[in-house]
Amino acid sequence: MTSMLNVRDLHAYYGQVQALYGLSFSLNEGSLTTLLGANGAGKTTTLRAICNMVRSTGAIEFDGAPLSGKSTESIVRLGIAHVPQGRGTFTTMTVEENLQLGAISRKDTAAIASDIERMYEHFPVLKERHTQQAGTLSGGEQQMLAVARALMLRPRLMLLDEPSFGLAPLVVRDLFKILGKINREDKVTILVVEQNAQLALELADQAYVIETGRIVMSGNASDIATNEDVRKSYLGY
Amino acid sequence: MELFINQVLAGISTGAIYACMALAVVMIYQAIDHLNFAQGEMAMFSTFIAWQLMQWGVPYWWTFLLTLAISFAGGILIERLLFKPLAKAPVLTNVAGFIALFAIINSVAGLTWDFTIKEFPSPFGSSAFLGSRLISTHQAGMIGVTLLMLVGLYLFFQFTRIGLAMRAAAALPESARLVGINTSWMIALGWGMAAAIGAVAGILIAPVVFLEPNMMGGVLVYGFAAAVLGGLTSPLGAVIGGFLMGVVENLAGTYIPEVGNELKLPIALALIIVVLVFKPAGLFGRAIIKRV
Repeated sequence: MTSMLNVRDLHAYYGQVQALYGLSFSLNEGSLTTLLGANGAGKTTTLRAICNMVRSTGAIEFDGAPLSGKSTESIVRLGIAHVPQGRGTFTTMTVEENLQLGAISRKDTAAIASDIERMYEHFPVLKERHTQQAGTLSGGEQQMLAVARALMLRPRLMLLDEPSFGLAPLVVRDLFKILGKINREDKVTILVVEQNAQLALELADQAYVIETGRIVMSGNASDIATNEDVRKSYLGY
Repeated sequence: MELFINQVLAGISTGAIYACMALAVVMIYQAIDHLNFAQGEMAMFSTFIAWQLMQWGVPYWWTFLLTLAISFAGGILIERLLFKPLAKAPVLTNVAGFIALFAIINSVAGLTWDFTIKEFPSPFGSSAFLGSRLISTHQAGMIGVTLLMLVGLYLFFQFTRIGLAMRAAAALPESARLVGINTSWMIALGWGMAAAIGAVAGILIAPVVFLEPNMMGGVLVYGFAAAVLGGLTSPLGAVIGGFLMGVVENLAGTYIPEVGNELKLPIALALIIVVLVFKPAGLFGRAIIKRV
């Protein structure tokens, strides 16, 4: 397997405050990887650094080409979709406009229309509500919309920041099932940041555990899930 | 009754200009969260450009289109040179930037074209519209051109991809970048469009107030009042606020003897204060709640 995203010695800063201390990891093409860790460990910062939304040093390579110095929007246009914490829904716009916005950097209008139909098959509830203001959707529906909006980019890599946040357990299961399906069928490489370690490890094939801005553990998701020590010290269940 | 209808129609026609100015102000406010104090001066400068083109013999409607194009480019240029570098600067720095822009444009216009009052032609003439004494052809033309432009803008923002991208960039810049929108250029585009809308307002009002470097001062105050009344977060509200403002101003001037012509402007200022005290979000705006 070739590695699609390579992160080496990543340091990130919010003003004077350092959040990441030399993080290194890589994602294989087609993999579904999870990044675990407690509150404030640096998970969100890692995703934001990949999209150049926070000041960072170190090397980030996508398909062998460096991302440093590129603007957020040009990184996204390379095929990296980022579903941010809090979902980033355009609440005053309709569901369909949100999906259109996901594909705003694409030029193939016919394919965009058929992709919207495909999203409605993946997420039937969005079709029912396609003329509704996105802000009127429930939390779970908004998360579905955020994932669908990201997919409208036809991304090669999808970054998800705590997709389970604030959702009912049943909704989370549904969502994770869909993520697995997208990973297998659409061949989208996925990196998902989660606090819900148990569920994330069930879903993922690779896992990294991060603590105070450093990677402290990495390996197969199933190994990490069964490792008593790791579970007790880092994952807290 | 005829006087009343006459005043309402006259109010709607000047209201159209206030609506344009309010819309221009709201477009920039939506994009960068600042009030453009120089919006009126930009419009005045555009009007002078139109006047100059006509002096050189360019026909009216060609002048109109050319002026819009030049103003659009000028708006983008101002954003790139002055306000893009100030994007992360504190509010007061930006306010100083707007005041500087105001002073510079005003002086340059005075220097280039001097401060004497000039006549500005109307393509519609000033005869009675459709034989009715209620409204003149120029007033009808002001309303017509404004409505056409508003419909055009609505279609642009509602049904084009670039309009959608501009709305997204104004609503949630970070999310917009995450779908690949170059928000910085969307802001510049907003400036260009605001400048062009202002140019329309200036060209339409110039035959009424005559052309001189301070012609837009009062108009911009009404524009601000209209924007505040309709809600700074709502383009539609700003437009409705503009028309309301024009009608209220005219009726008050006609029927409240104490107001007359001299106290019309304080009405706009009083309205700003009343709205800000009792309904800060305006009639159509969204209340913005910030976590601190």
